[in-house]
Amino acid sequence: MDWTALGLSLRLALATVAILLPLAFLLARWLAYGRFKGRGFVEALVALPLILPPTVIGFYLLIAFSQQSPLGSFFQSLLGRPLAFSFEGLVLASVLVNLPFAVQPMQNALAAIPANLRDAARCCGLAPRSVVRRIELPLALPGIATAAVLTFAHTLGEFGVVLMVGGSIPGETRTIAIAIYDRVQAFDDHSAGVMALVLLVLSLVALGITNTLARRMARHD
Amino acid sequence: MTEAANTRAALHVRLRQSAPIPLDVEFAVPSGSITALFGPSGSGKSTVLRSIAGLYQPLEAEVVSAGERWTDSAAGYSLPTHRRRVGFVFQDYALFPHLTVREQVGLALGNRPAVARQARIDELLALARLDGLADRKPGTLSGGQQQRVALARALARDPAVLLLDEPFASVDWALRDALRHELRSLQRALSLSVVIVTHDFEDVAKLATDLVMIDHGAVVAAGTVEALTASAALPGLAGHWEPAVALDAVVADHDSRRQLTLLRARDLHLSVPTIAAPIAAVVRIRIAAREVILASQRPTGLSLHNVIEARVLRVEPASHPALRLVHLAVGDTPLLSLVTIDAVQSLKLTTDAPVLALVKAVSVEAFA
Repeated sequence: MDWTALGLSLRLALATVAILLPLAFLLARWLAYGRFKGRGFVEALVALPLILPPTVIGFYLLIAFSQQSPLGSFFQSLLGRPLAFSFEGLVLASVLVNLPFAVQPMQNALAAIPANLRDAARCCGLAPRSVVRRIELPLALPGIATAAVLTFAHTLGEFGVVLMVGGSIPGETRTIAIAIYDRVQAFDDHSAGVMALVLLVLSLVALGITNTLARRMARHD
Repeated sequence: MTEAANTRAALHVRLRQSAPIPLDVEFAVPSGSITALFGPSGSGKSTVLRSIAGLYQPLEAEVVSAGERWTDSAAGYSLPTHRRRVGFVFQDYALFPHLTVREQVGLALGNRPAVARQARIDELLALARLDGLADRKPGTLSGGQQQRVALARALARDPAVLLLDEPFASVDWALRDALRHELRSLQRALSLSVVIVTHDFEDVAKLATDLVMIDHGAVVAAGTVEALTASAALPGLAGHWEPAVALDAVVADHDSRRQLTLLRARDLHLSVPTIAAPIAAVVRIRIAAREVILASQRPTGLSLHNVIEARVLRVEPASHPALRLVHLAVGDTPLLSLVTIDAVQSLKLTTDAPVLALVKAVSVEAFA
């Protein structure tokens, strides 16, 4: 059992959730309520990580992380080392890859709030920010929780993109999913089995939570 | 519009656009009135209501509330909805499913000290007869209770104008008269200015003091309910309204021995079967034109309580070719009578002719 890898995976998942959730909420709200042309295009862009092969995403991220790219050189000056094959690079990649898992449940939850509830809130004298805080956030809470759980679980299990942009540096980029792969390559089936079981249980728990929340959301109470 | 008119009216509204929803309306809501925006579904009346609240912005819009400018599209100005003192009761009430009755009402109270806040909530809940339901969530309330929560929440804003969108449409038919009565009493007690959107003429006849008829986004008639119903020339009312006058009357006296109540609608004095309203209370009455008999001499030996001296204003064609609608004046109060052409000729009903109007006590519909 590679505890360092499990710890790294948990750190990565928490960091991803912490960074992604607020950003994805704003994006989900814009998609749910905004009136603009090209909504379909933005939605497709958000959903892209669902169908793109992880190697393709990883490839483009590696190019974006290179020191020749504006993003790569910006982080180089910020961190003093390259973004590729670093924990920070993994977090950034993870945030992008998890975009659909975070945005879609929140967008659905926000869109399910009847428009006249938000109108009624404004007629009650609530400023736009208060409408978000007092009405939208509480009513979309199951969707937000679903987004958090899905993002967390999916980050724990992400393999392809992590391998492409992170490699397998112990304590830096070797997540539990990568560690399983390494153990299998080394014919250490026992360790691989233990870690696979840990991931299996974590995923089951996550899906259980998600389904419960989805049922609560359907009841809307 | 003149500045003087702006300050007298609780609301002055002017909206104009050709698309996407055609609108061309201008009307005032007198202070302390219940003004009905009446028209068929899809006539744009709900859009008018939303524009008053600032939830919708027509291309050309001017909304002035008691001298305070809310919308002025010419100046590119629109006060955000949350800063307009409006109370809005939505057709489906739009209650927040995650908040208790107390929290819903508290939400609309804004910032004030905790003690004053709780006191005001209790006051509003009592006003809307919601005592004992404060900690319930909307999902556990009946339709009528939900509507009262929506009303209490709207009143919490201390609104310059209370806006109601089809308030009785989703209520059981049998409950409507009771809810209309509650709304009317509340409006009188608090001197509220109310705008109610409805496609049910019963709301106009039983509740409204003023009427703005809207069709295809345009005003087709506007004025007091009394004047408009008495004019009987309301367009687009076929099937909604048989000719009748709707008047506000004051309870003048109760005659317990004869089980009659004496009502005074200005110059029109009527005896009606006892109604449960205290003396000096205001009730809405409706007298259908077909219930008013005309006579040239005072009849005897009839089971009749109301023999009223009137004067013919004019005689108009009615819905049936053999009938005529006679417009009468009792002093300054209007009354309508539907009679045959034959009766018009035999009674010599011409303009200014004196005539006696006979009204059975049970023909006067009174809504307390």
